Amino acid sequence: MLRAIFSHPSGRIGGTIVVIYVVVALLGMFDVTPHSPLQQYRIDRLHAPNMIYWMGTDLFGRDVASRLMKGVGQSFFVGFCSVTLATFAGTVLGLTAAWFGKAWDGLVMRIMDVLLAFPAILLALLIIAIAGPGTWTSIAAIAIVYTPIFTRVVRGPALSIKAREFVDAARTFGSSRSYILTRHLLLNLVAPLTVQVTLALAWSLLTEAGLSFLGLGTQPPASSLGLMLADSRNLMETAPWLLIFPALAIMISILGFNLLGDALRDILDPRTRRSAA
Amino acid sequence: MSYLTRRLSTFPLVMLGVSVLVFVAIRMVPGDAITAMLGTEAGLLTPAQREALANYFGIDQPIAVQYWHWLLGVFRGDLGISVTYGKPVLGVILERFPLTLQLALMSMCVALLVGLPAGVFAATRNERMSDLGVRIFAMIGQSTPNFVVGLLIIYTLSAGFGILPTMGEFTPLLAHPLRNLGQMILPALTLGFAFAASVTRISRSAMLDVLSDDYVRTARSKGVPKRSVIWRHALPNALIPVVTLSGVEFGYLLGGAVLVEQIYALPGLGRLVLDAILQRDYALVQGCVLFIAFNFMVVNLIVDLVYVALDPRIRLGEGG
Repeated sequence: MLRAIFSHPSGRIGGTIVVIYVVVALLGMFDVTPHSPLQQYRIDRLHAPNMIYWMGTDLFGRDVASRLMKGVGQSFFVGFCSVTLATFAGTVLGLTAAWFGKAWDGLVMRIMDVLLAFPAILLALLIIAIAGPGTWTSIAAIAIVYTPIFTRVVRGPALSIKAREFVDAARTFGSSRSYILTRHLLLNLVAPLTVQVTLALAWSLLTEAGLSFLGLGTQPPASSLGLMLADSRNLMETAPWLLIFPALAIMISILGFNLLGDALRDILDPRTRRSAA
Repeated sequence: MSYLTRRLSTFPLVMLGVSVLVFVAIRMVPGDAITAMLGTEAGLLTPAQREALANYFGIDQPIAVQYWHWLLGVFRGDLGISVTYGKPVLGVILERFPLTLQLALMSMCVALLVGLPAGVFAATRNERMSDLGVRIFAMIGQSTPNFVVGLLIIYTLSAGFGILPTMGEFTPLLAHPLRNLGQMILPALTLGFAFAASVTRISRSAMLDVLSDDYVRTARSKGVPKRSVIWRHALPNALIPVVTLSGVEFGYLLGGAVLVEQIYALPGLGRLVLDAILQRDYALVQGCVLFIAFNFMVVNLIVDLVYVALDPRIRLGEGG
């Protein structure tokens, strides 16, 4: 699999970006940063990038590179938690809807239709309006917005796999329901789920940055890429590094996940594989 | 049941579900409605006054009854009163809507004017350097959040050319068209950027599919000029996915572009929702969310109907 990703042109670039992103995020999450992200070097306020402050300092004299690493860690944390939740909820709902059918399927899919009737960012804002801004609300909001998409991604293929002979055979042999659901259905859904997870991660990074930019996500003094961009608005002419580095970090990380998602789709989708061959 | 009947029959059901969700969601906000309405002054009320107010607004009744009254009001166009503006919610929304509609239309024009030719150009030069260039550009466009694009545009203009986009008092289109367009062009370009990237990608792949079809090969072998093969024979058939994508994106934009409106200080629907949330004006949040979801669903329904009209396979039940 790894070899396939790295021999695909988009996969190679996307995969490399994602690996670097995850390393930076983990370093940021565990506070392995050049300076403390909250330490204020008052003499060096709004200092341009140099050997000590690689990406300069902000209005309070805090090191931008350290805050950026912390912010990448924060967005990774939000993205990882929300996408994990959405994948789990969507998979359980999609699988059970496909398996039990009838009223349960109808109920689940109508609820998902209702959730999909909202533009994504609006639904996230509605959830934040109820629960108040903050990191955990952002995670819940992004997870709820993405659950219907995972449910649909799982239910469709699960329905067609359920009708296949090997599932009938497993039933005849007396395999338990949970065994068939996890061993036969779920394993066959790994490919579409993997692609969706990668794309969902890209979207969650984008949404987390957007919500924090609006002041509804991560709250100061904690660091987040969206917050850094919001802070840069009034200072972008005097201290452009406050805008450029977080903007590049967001763009490159989303680009990485999108490229990796595209590559995975090419690799895992049998139709494109056949046409490529 | 045909696809069309199924699609049309689920619409009212889903809309009803949306109304229940919006109604219940707002009532899940911690704290009671009277405190939300009056703020700190609610503390001065005696229990009897509180009770009288609850009775007046009908919030002492069971939630199902409250929902029923609210739904009847919605059908009459009564979405409640906004505490912030002291006016009916629907009126406030309709004041903001023309800007959002104009912005959505302008962004779509930018996206189609840039994305479609770029997609066709890339498809006709498949796997060459120019195709690669367009694809990279489209991928970057899709990966850049629109508020980042907006900030970078503002920075480039102010640092590079010493100009700042006009912000502050907004001029409606009919009041002063030129000034209005001056204020709207940058937000439209900002929103159109990612939209154009999606149009480029989808029109490129749709054109690639169509260009390998037999009828295109036949047209070519008959000696039809290349330009005519591309624009008259191939493009109309490649437009179906582009129409769908543009419709769905347009539906999103009608919900207001919260972030871009915030950056350019435009009083659109997106900022109205955001301000309503920040000011805890729940009648307004509820009204806006319902209005936007309704628009979004109607646009999606129209997109589906257009799709069916364009592709008879779905109408006949082969592709649906």
